[in-house]
Amino acid sequence: MANVTIRGLNKKYDNGFHAVKDVSLEIRDKEFVVLVGPSGCGKTTTLRMVAGLEEITSGEIRIGEDIVNDLPPMERNIAMVFQNYALYPHKTVFDNMAFGLQMRGYPKDEVRKRVHEAAAILGIEALLERKPRQLSGGQRQRVAVGRAIVRHPQVFLFDEPLSNLDAKLRVQMRVELKRLHARLEATAIYVTHDQVEAMTLGDRVVVMKDGRVQQVGEPLELYGRPANRFVAGFIGSPAMNFAEVTISSANGVLWAEAPGLRIGIPGHKTESLRAHAGQRVTLGIRPEALRLANGAGPSDHAFDSTVEVVEPLGNEILLDVRAGEHLMVARVDPSTRVKARDTVRLSVDPERLHFFDAKTEAAI
Amino acid sequence: MLIERKWKKWVFFYLPMAAFIVFTLFPFYWMAVTAFRPDAELYRTWRQPNATPLWTLEPTLEHVKGLLQTTAFPVWLWNTMLIAIVSTIISLICGMFAGYALARLRFRGSQFLGTAIFITYLVPQTLLFIPLADIIRDLQLGNTPWALMLTYPTFLIPFCTWLLMGYFKTIPRELEECARIDGATRFGAMVRIIFPVAVPGILSAGIFAFTLSWNEFIYALVFMASAEQKTVPVGVVSELIRGDIFFWGQLMAGALLGSVPVALVYSFFVEYYVTGLTGSVKG
Repeated sequence: MANVTIRGLNKKYDNGFHAVKDVSLEIRDKEFVVLVGPSGCGKTTTLRMVAGLEEITSGEIRIGEDIVNDLPPMERNIAMVFQNYALYPHKTVFDNMAFGLQMRGYPKDEVRKRVHEAAAILGIEALLERKPRQLSGGQRQRVAVGRAIVRHPQVFLFDEPLSNLDAKLRVQMRVELKRLHARLEATAIYVTHDQVEAMTLGDRVVVMKDGRVQQVGEPLELYGRPANRFVAGFIGSPAMNFAEVTISSANGVLWAEAPGLRIGIPGHKTESLRAHAGQRVTLGIRPEALRLANGAGPSDHAFDSTVEVVEPLGNEILLDVRAGEHLMVARVDPSTRVKARDTVRLSVDPERLHFFDAKTEAAI
Repeated sequence: MLIERKWKKWVFFYLPMAAFIVFTLFPFYWMAVTAFRPDAELYRTWRQPNATPLWTLEPTLEHVKGLLQTTAFPVWLWNTMLIAIVSTIISLICGMFAGYALARLRFRGSQFLGTAIFITYLVPQTLLFIPLADIIRDLQLGNTPWALMLTYPTFLIPFCTWLLMGYFKTIPRELEECARIDGATRFGAMVRIIFPVAVPGILSAGIFAFTLSWNEFIYALVFMASAEQKTVPVGVVSELIRGDIFFWGQLMAGALLGSVPVALVYSFFVEYYVTGLTGSVKG
């Protein structure tokens, strides 16, 4: 059993920089949790505090039942995979993987058995006698993971392990990590700045910004119901379109209005938005919530726009359009035939409108 | 185009390079020729018709023999070797720990300490030998090898510390952090991971320290009085120049034999030595 409990965690550096602010997380046993956010958001610092590599300013970290605040890294029963792999350059692959076991005084046979097991899982048995400098990036990555799994730790910590790999290999290793996690059934905390990695790997994803947790949830939950404007903009590619609109009321129906844009607000949102009538709020529309209107469609949820750039990606086409003073991206069917400078009518799925408070940026 | 380039390469690369090589190696050549030149040739002026200033017609080993048999040269060689090795080991051990601490540990005043150590290296030996002589006399170490083994580290430790501090800083921090997660203490990670990875840096610091103590002159001259305690640089100069007579052949033979061990050490470790100075570790 190894759930990781973080309560009121803070990290202040000597120079006064407050890197992690009041972070509380409950990570369940065998769960794969991803911390994601832009650089400098405190995700790596949080991970390093769990590892014991960074002192805790205040707060509490528990692994299983034990408070580990003051335990050195070696006594926390964790394993960590670093961004630059941190393989010991003077040791062979075998010795790299065996080091942790040797330090803990395992008998030779057991060490050999475990290293070969891990190597078999990762397909690196043929490399055991090589030195790290004779390996490719992907192979080094595997060795780094292998070094972590031989110890059968309670918790795996990953610090952007895939960011030094090329795009293709990254996708491949991502799938392998997920498969590995399913097989090992261990708790994993994974740090990345890549939201795609976060969404594909995580059972739950923690979005952080400026040292604070913005939202914790399952990937689709974050995508479908972002808690604030930051999460909405961070998760999803291409990013959500935002428009500053004013809420107006006519005949009991609410409208979101901006120059060149007038969208009727659907019934289920009316209740919460009524309080904002006459005020400015931020409207969020995902690119795939926009589609080309057939001209005759209901005009409550449609607006005219000018195409500025067409990005044909093969399986879809991205249209960069201008509606009034707003730039938006629409994701449309690849069979669509439009050119730059065409005027198109876009309709928006009323069920997929997001509204955010203009000041607090919280979802409404 | 191609021809012009070749021409340029000769003028701007090969010629200056050749001049540089001749300039650096000529003194060594002169030393070697003189060591094997018979006395008759040595005292022949250049104007005489059979003068061969740049080479010798009858190479002889008489100076080498004379040096080894009539002077205490073998003892000097042994003294120098012993003193250089011991003071290098002392300095390397201190330099490794101090360099690691300055590169990695965060403690109050570490910046200041680093600078202070560097400044001590800048104090010229020609000043430092005066207070040191006082200390050596108080400790009654004068005229014993310990006088040099313990005073050489005063300039070797700052040197090793700085060189190794720079090298340790190029080693990714994660290596150590990983070792600590793997179950090593901070000290264990330093000894098992950082030091082995830093071998090129440690070797170049060692070679430098060895050479500096091998060639050291002032302390050896001041602290050592009797002939059988002297080191090669001092012994050769003080025993082979008697009054105003220079025993050129033996002087040069002594210089030649004295520089052989250093040259051997260098050529043996030259690869490590270069990577140690350019310092790069990849994980």
